[in-house]
Formats: sequence, structure tokens, C-alpha cells
Amino acid sequence: MKNIIQNINKAFDHRIRLGIMSILMVNEYTDFSTFKELLGVTDGNLASHAKALEAEEYITVQKQFIGKKPNTTYTATKKGRQAFKEHIEALEKLIRKN
Amino acid sequence: MEAKDYLKDISEIKDLMNKSSLFISLSGLAGIMAGIYALIGAYISHLLISQYESRYITLESNIFKLIVLIAFLVFTFSVGTAAILTYFKAKKQGEKVWNSASKRLLVNFLIPLLTGGIFALLLLRNQDYGLIAPVTLIFYGLSCVNASKYTFRDVRYLGITITILGLIATAFSGYALQFWALGFGVCHIVYGTIMHFKYDSK
Repeated sequence: MKNIIQNINKAFDHRIRLGIMSILMVNEYTDFSTFKELLGVTDGNLASHAKALEAEEYITVQKQFIGKKPNTTYTATKKGRQAFKEHIEALEKLIRKN
Repeated sequence: MEAKDYLKDISEIKDLMNKSSLFISLSGLAGIMAGIYALIGAYISHLLISQYESRYITLESNIFKLIVLIAFLVFTFSVGTAAILTYFKAKKQGEKVWNSASKRLLVNFLIPLLTGGIFALLLLRNQDYGLIAPVTLIFYGLSCVNASKYTFRDVRYLGITITILGLIATAFSGYALQFWALGFGVCHIVYGTIMHFKYDSK
């Protein structure tokens, strides 16, 4: 049991961070506004959760300009994908136990 | 109690993965309508051809221009209907029509389709009329297969069916109109109906 709980990743223990990671698992990259639309969150909220994932090196941020508009896109790293997979497996095991 | 939370997590993960990568507002009804337009177009073309006295239809003849016009109208009405029905379905589901998923779907659908369209025009210029029907079927089928990665799986089977029909049509030249009606008409109606009952009438 102890083992399983260890694999439940604290970094994903929030609806928005879990959402960001889920979307990046199936997309090569996703931009800021798409995240906002899919998750229904404010700019500040999204930015802080993205920053937390970036600090864990689970995602990388690319900033560029399209014309004069800044465009921020996010990509999941290899480390992030692995961590997410382990998190999901841990969730599955927990559910099956109960 | 905790397990319930985790179950909710999992279903949310699944939902976000689908929403962000697949465009699921495609309307089955649009497929049915496109099929009906195609059958009407094919029937009118059949009447025109059977009334035509000469055995060969040339590029300059009025009947050829009429058939091209019919094909163009069928295409325009199908795309228009699909756009309107998809818009309403997306609105009902609270989704945006123009998002990254639908853009990806459209781009991947259009790459083989435009290639096929240009190819058909080149065949027309070289007066290879016999191959035009099979080529349009094959390329349309492949467009559906390519686009299916970004929407319902049924589109893939529709694409495979139409591609096979296109190959058969190549082997049996002279039945272009019949294969066209079967591919663009009957197949659209069949798969549109399946999709309508599977996803729309919930």
C-alpha cells in the first residue's frame, strides 16, 4: 500500500495541473488560450499552475511572437510523460483496491 | 470516498484528452444529407446521359458542362449543410467550432482531397475521362482515412469503404456514375445514419 501512495504524484494533485498534463499527453504542443478554453480558468491561475509544472521539469515553455501578439506554447517533457504515466497507474491500482 | 475522487480524476483526464485532440461535433445528419444530394445529382446526370443521342461526351458539349455544374452544386450543398449542422451541434455541446482540433481535422482532410482534386483536373486536361470517377472516389476515401485520426473512428471505415469502391471502379470502367452514386451517395447515407444514432441522438 505504501508503495502505491508513493507513486501518487503531488505535482498532479490538482485539477488544473492534472488537466494541463492530460492535454499535453495527447498533443505535440498546446497554446495558452487553448488551455484556458479547455480548462475554464483565468490567466493568472493557469500561469501559476503551468509554472509549478515547469519547475518540476514536466513541461517546457516556448514563447514567441505571432506578429505583435505574444504566443506561449507548452510541451510535455520525457520526464513529465513518465511521471504522468506512473501517476495514472497508481490511480488505477488505488481504485482497484477499493 | 477517496476512490471516488480518483475515479472523477480519471474521467476528467479522458474527457480532456478527447476534447483537446478529437473533434467530436461532426454531425451524422450532415453525412446523410450529403449522400442524398449525391444521389439526386447522380440521378439527374443519369437522365441527362440517357437522353443524349451521341455515344461520346466531349469536354465542349453542353451536357458535360451541365454534369460538372451538378457535381459542383452537390459539393457546395454538402459542404454548406455539413458546416451548418456541425456549427449547431458544437453549439449544443458548448464547444467552439473553430478550435485546434477542428483545424487539425480540416487540414488533414484537405491535403489528400486537394491533391486528388488537382489530379482529377489534370486527367480532365489529358482527356482521361474514364479515370476521373475512380480517382475522386479513391482520394476522397483516403482523405477520410487521414482525417479520421482527429475525429470519430467511423470516418475511417467510411474512407476505407470508399477507397475500395474506387479501386473496383477502376477495374470496371464504364460504370463510373453507378460507382459514384454508391460511394458518395449510399456510403454517406449508411455511415451518416450509423453516426447519427451512435452520437447525435443521445
